Amino acid sequence: MPTPSRYWREIPQRYRLEAVKCKGCGYVCFPPRIICPRCGSREFEKTRLAGSGKLLTYTIIRVAPHRFEDQVPYAVGIAELDDGVRLTAQVVDCDFSELAVGMRVSIEFRRIYEEGEAGVIYYGYKFVPE
Amino acid sequence: MRDVAAIGVGMTKWGELWDKSLRTIFVETALLAIDDAGVDRIDSMVVGCMSSGLFVGQEHLGSMLADYLGRIPIPAARVESACSSGGLALRQGFIEVASGISDIVLVAGVEKMTDVTGCEATYALGTAADQEYEGYHGLTFPGLYAMMALAHMHAYGTTREQLARVAVKNHDNGSKNPLAQFPFKVTVDAVVNSALVADPLRILDCSPITDGAAAVVLCPADMAKKMKKPAVRITGSGQATDTIALSSRQDITWLESTHLAARKALAMAGRKIEDLHLFEVHDCFTIAEIMITEALGIAERGRGGRAVEEGLTSLKGKFPVNPSGGLKAKGHPVGATGVAQAVEVIKQLRGEAGERQVKGAKRGLTQNMGGTGGSSVVHVFEAE
Repeated sequence: MPTPSRYWREIPQRYRLEAVKCKGCGYVCFPPRIICPRCGSREFEKTRLAGSGKLLTYTIIRVAPHRFEDQVPYAVGIAELDDGVRLTAQVVDCDFSELAVGMRVSIEFRRIYEEGEAGVIYYGYKFVPE
Repeated sequence: MRDVAAIGVGMTKWGELWDKSLRTIFVETALLAIDDAGVDRIDSMVVGCMSSGLFVGQEHLGSMLADYLGRIPIPAARVESACSSGGLALRQGFIEVASGISDIVLVAGVEKMTDVTGCEATYALGTAADQEYEGYHGLTFPGLYAMMALAHMHAYGTTREQLARVAVKNHDNGSKNPLAQFPFKVTVDAVVNSALVADPLRILDCSPITDGAAAVVLCPADMAKKMKKPAVRITGSGQATDTIALSSRQDITWLESTHLAARKALAMAGRKIEDLHLFEVHDCFTIAEIMITEALGIAERGRGGRAVEEGLTSLKGKFPVNPSGGLKAKGHPVGATGVAQAVEVIKQLRGEAGERQVKGAKRGLTQNMGGTGGSSVVHVFEAE
């Protein structure tokens, strides 16, 4: 079981969708980075991800890693947000038959999984149909 | 830089080898390669292994395997690049011989995957993806490739049946390979009706969990002329990286790292893709082979599905892809796969591939890939 620091250090991006925007070329990095992969600039300003976008692709996971076994089957997708950032997350609150490439989704704060009865409860973002 | 040749190969039967440990599998295979080469010394060894730490709880493999091979105190390195660890080991061995640092180098790949449960193996394989931003959300490797498949189907009209055709072709080839884990044929019907793993991929779209190893002995091309087996030269080596998070790619239907690694390897060899007679590529999932044939230039972008459907990549086609049966039928002990691809190409170029021999094969290519294409390693081989 990892120590809690591994979890809490990612909280700014997972809970508040904090990202950084490159002052050199405008590229938005999520999670935040120290050097821009596009232009090499090291200067950034803080920004927040757009709250919605469209689904680029998705799948329905039927064989899961042990942490997620109790959630099977569940949908995961990659969405392109309205600011151009692409994000991976579960797609929830819809029937699998409603899933479609190009579908509009928004980001909501949800529970991701729990580490047993006495462990950490992991939170983060998920996609829901708009 | 010196010219480099492969002078010995070794591979044992792959599968769920419950009675054999990682070190036993490695030593049996390495000895086959050393005996095949007929050498009495090894100057150095490089071993590709993705995750002995998670699969068997053992790191420090270089020293342990040199010890069990009876070769202490030679230098020994373990290299890791997820599922392309074996291909990377070959490249490091190639560089070591080409540079003049060592003469006779043993390159091996090994993975022992069945000492843990299927769930734990799924987790270990998942560490090749971005743990904090993909794995955290419950994504698995079949899930990542499933998303690539759906995007490819959506963009190019690739069909469910075309995906199945890859499995059917590779099992046809694998049925002629006695060392394959699953040396039997499958039908399109069987593939499209097998259990769903991550939609649209089904269990028969996926490569299996396998124990196995493969080994190759390298030396300078000049020295190779005096060896007992016909030498096969490695004339090109290329490697490229890409983001490990699939979502960060500019185009999730395209394998840029494979495209770039192949371009570099072909440029080094002074060859075009049409000059090659066979291809061993990383079909960890059926969609992967379709996308790889596009990235290599065997098929046009978006037409990899049609290429397999039209028989272009079958054993008797213009571009035979995975005559060994590929990862799909031969098995996929992740760290060993890249070296096993080299073993197959070398056997083919020596004319030792038996029933699955590509007639008159003189030049071949291997393409080994880590994660969803976060790394790719490509080599070009030519018969003397």
